[in-house]
Amino acid sequence: MSPQIEVQLIAVVVAVAAALPGTFLVLRRLALVSDAISHAILPGIVVAFFLVESLSSPVLLIAAAMTGLLTVVLIELLGQTRLLKEDASIALVFPALFSVGVLLISRYAGGVHLDVDAVLLGELAFAPFDRLVVAGHDLGAKALWSMTAILLLNVVLISVLYKELKLATLDREQAAVLGFAPATVHYLLMGCVSITAVGAFQAVGSILVVALMIAPPAAAYLLSDRLSVVLILGGVLGAASGVGGYWLARGIDGSIAGSMAVVAGLVFLGALLFAPQRGLAAQLHRRARQRWSFAERMLLVHLLHHERTPSAAEETAGHTVHRHLRWSERFTAEVIRRAEAGELLRREAGLLQLTERGRQIAQRALLELDERDGLGELGGRDRRRRAGRTIPGGAVEE
Amino acid sequence: MTALFADHTLRVVALGAGLLGAVSGALGSFAMLRRQSLLGDAISHAALPGIAVAFMLTRSKAPVVLMLGAALAGWLATLAVMTIVTRSRIKYDGALGIVLSVFFGLGLVLLTLLQKRPDASQAGLDRYLFGQAAALLVDDVRAMAIIGAGALAVLAVLWKEFKLISVDADFGAAIGLPVRLLDTALTSLLVIAIVIGLQTVGVVLMSAMVVAPAAAARQWTNRLGPMVALAAGFGVVAGVGGAVLSSIVARLPTGPTIVLALSGLVLVSLLIAPARGLAWRALRRGQHRRTVEADAVLLDLYALALQHEEDLEHGHDEAVLRAMRGGQINVRRSLEKLAQAGLARRTGHGRWALSAAGRARALEQIDHAGEHA
Amino acid sequence: MSRGLGDRARSWAIEVEDLTVAYTDKPVLWDVDVSIPRGTRMAIVGPNGAGKSTLVKSILGLIRPVAGTVRILSRPLDEMIGQVAYVPQRSQIDWDFPTSVLDMVVTGTYRRVGWLRRPGAREKEQASDALEKVGIAALGRRPIGQLSGGQQQRMLLARALVQQADIYLLDEPLQGVDAPTEHALIGVLGMLRDEGKTVVVVHHDLQTVEEYFDRVLLLNVRNIADGPVREVFHDENLRRTYGGRVGLVSRPQRRGSPGIDAVKG
Repeated sequence: MSPQIEVQLIAVVVAVAAALPGTFLVLRRLALVSDAISHAILPGIVVAFFLVESLSSPVLLIAAAMTGLLTVVLIELLGQTRLLKEDASIALVFPALFSVGVLLISRYAGGVHLDVDAVLLGELAFAPFDRLVVAGHDLGAKALWSMTAILLLNVVLISVLYKELKLATLDREQAAVLGFAPATVHYLLMGCVSITAVGAFQAVGSILVVALMIAPPAAAYLLSDRLSVVLILGGVLGAASGVGGYWLARGIDGSIAGSMAVVAGLVFLGALLFAPQRGLAAQLHRRARQRWSFAERMLLVHLLHHERTPSAAEETAGHTVHRHLRWSERFTAEVIRRAEAGELLRREAGLLQLTERGRQIAQRALLELDERDGLGELGGRDRRRRAGRTIPGGAVEE
Repeated sequence: MTALFADHTLRVVALGAGLLGAVSGALGSFAMLRRQSLLGDAISHAALPGIAVAFMLTRSKAPVVLMLGAALAGWLATLAVMTIVTRSRIKYDGALGIVLSVFFGLGLVLLTLLQKRPDASQAGLDRYLFGQAAALLVDDVRAMAIIGAGALAVLAVLWKEFKLISVDADFGAAIGLPVRLLDTALTSLLVIAIVIGLQTVGVVLMSAMVVAPAAAARQWTNRLGPMVALAAGFGVVAGVGGAVLSSIVARLPTGPTIVLALSGLVLVSLLIAPARGLAWRALRRGQHRRTVEADAVLLDLYALALQHEEDLEHGHDEAVLRAMRGGQINVRRSLEKLAQAGLARRTGHGRWALSAAGRARALEQIDHAGEHA
Repeated sequence: MSRGLGDRARSWAIEVEDLTVAYTDKPVLWDVDVSIPRGTRMAIVGPNGAGKSTLVKSILGLIRPVAGTVRILSRPLDEMIGQVAYVPQRSQIDWDFPTSVLDMVVTGTYRRVGWLRRPGAREKEQASDALEKVGIAALGRRPIGQLSGGQQQRMLLARALVQQADIYLLDEPLQGVDAPTEHALIGVLGMLRDEGKTVVVVHHDLQTVEEYFDRVLLLNVRNIADGPVREVFHDENLRRTYGGRVGLVSRPQRRGSPGIDAVKG
């Protein structure tokens, strides 16, 4: 296998392995825990490295996973003191642990092959040079093997715990009542994040692990409501970012890891702008379309309210109604024209009168308000829970 | 020590780091209180591409130029976070994570591109990753001083407005303050606080400079003014201490040293700050618990005494008292506490009875409980 | 849907006309008209999500409506921003913020103090007086984080008092406070009415509407009814306000009558 293909393969495997636990981080609003963990595992890596003097030993994985869990526990402990807000706890814990790691490296790792830049930034281009050789046979790049193992671990863990993870994401309390031990599931997921982060740091560096864990699943989440689709799509978009990043880096002769993050960012930007329903473009389009129908309904409701009231003459005169609605005259004229064309209202002696159809529409508009629960994407957690068929963040249950 | 500060380089370094600590401590207080701790992290990471672009465009390493680039990138990052949060279903944490890592990735790409230029004059931009106090020049410190003083002046002038929108923004708007403008100004101050420290502490750890002094200071006081002053003080102590230490000890990078000094301050504050500190809290809880236990034993003794109406001074076995509470409380300690207060006395080996004062106290407590029922 | 015409307009404290407020095209208030005469005490009543707080915030100018106008003391809202005293919901405040009760009350004077100047001894005195009126004069130096729910609410009313406004808007001031606090707050509101001030309160307890207020607005996205309590606060309007979801709605004939709990909150 040529190094070129091997690098891309590693990139794909890292990206998919990161996107899987990343999906749950995004859905559970724990995205920044990945940032914290990926920084904070540094001292774990360093200490383990001192012990075994190798960067590819499984001991590193275990040490890093422990440090990752320690980070999560420390953040939670700080939060429990109620002396600090949660975001401040995160912002305090990981710089401290990261600093310990950097100091350990600077002070005691002089000369050995471990420097901060490598941990933080990674260099994928060198990964193929570190070969796994068993009994004289070259089996391929070590990083490819280790990341594939981590990917498999993530796949197995998420498949086995799929129901539990989904439920714990949906509703912690309910999961606990049903006996699913959400705390255990939580820490398993955090362990998963830690192992993935440490496995990936050599390839892409710790900060860019964050990009691969968060950006592709976030993009997928803008494109789909189904958890299983978000998971798979997140992996696909991550893999695409990996390959795209590799070619971008080759094209401009820059850092591969950095380019992968940039491409992941572009993929997210693309989803943010052009997602079929949730994208900014779709939002603008929908809003432009809704503007007229909303204005029309507003006018109809206004007329309905003032039908047969003492102030009707003042409120419903074709030439003064804009003042009451605080619209411009031109806009009002256009709304009236559209409503007239739709036979929703007619003019009688300068007053706007609802037609039977217009009255029905106005009444229905008001009725809809009473059933607002069923409408719209505005909703928070509560409504979704009440609806009983979707999970937080709107991913629809299969 | 005086000999130490006679050294010109060291004086510059100490001055720079101290300045930085003061400014980021003071401005960071508002960021922490407004739940922008992690926004600080995103801004500092996002500054990296700004620095690189500023250098690419101007070929200058003048601190002001690079700070300007960093500030613009930091601002852009903030804007991007806000856009994602308000215009999509991605929440604040996800938006921060994406912006932070993607901007940082872009910064890395730009740095590697610069590295490959033939003039290789990018040497020195690297230090923006972890900071390098020892490389601070008089010019750098001057730039930090001027910008920092400007930011602090704005803070002083708009102090009461900033305070109000931080604690209750809607009320601020209701009395006619331009809340969005003030909000933007306050966020800009955060950007400035971060940008002036990048050279010394680096983009990766700068957010801790903003959050940690404030987090430590918050524990010692319940007033904003003293808190901001204290945060600035903590910033100075950690900044000067860390920078000097890293200048005189070999292979001790500045950023991590300062951050660890600050983390130590936070830890100590969390533990021993009066009123809020965990140690005091535990102490108070222990005291409270001992009082409650003593009261319980007092009532138990009283109940036993009632069974021996003819002889109120009759002593009761400690073991009986222990059994009455099922071993849940420390009976011996409680009895000794009661004895100290003159409420109970020992009548023989392991036997205790209430004094007259103790009986009065027990009655009092029973009445008191009755009122509340 | 009373409306002042001509010279009678002078007597309105607040006039809301055709107010529509929508969040991303979903109306929260739809075409609401209501006028509040000066010197009255009015309750705004309605189910959750009826737009009560939104109406209050629109009157304060905190929310831009899609359509409609608000006039304060017969003048456009834009000219009158800051001239209405406001008691927000308690949940809106960061109670962990490091500041004292007195300092918090002093923020009510900021509009008078203006830019660049610091509040001085006079403002502190006004704040102390206000704390005295709401019965927590002794708590001035206490950090706001150490107040009980009732004390928090008293402090917020004190802050509104130092605004020295003619109109007071209170958003759920009696939600979850203890009986003595409720008593004290109602006492202050009575005092304000005696001074000729207008008081508008978002209120959740239907049992006390008749006792505490002289006017009521029944709101559920639309104005269901508004006017003097004895005229509009009856079963039919309550049923229309709270919708068909609640089968058993009966206006309380005396305090504590059954059935009314069903529609609380």
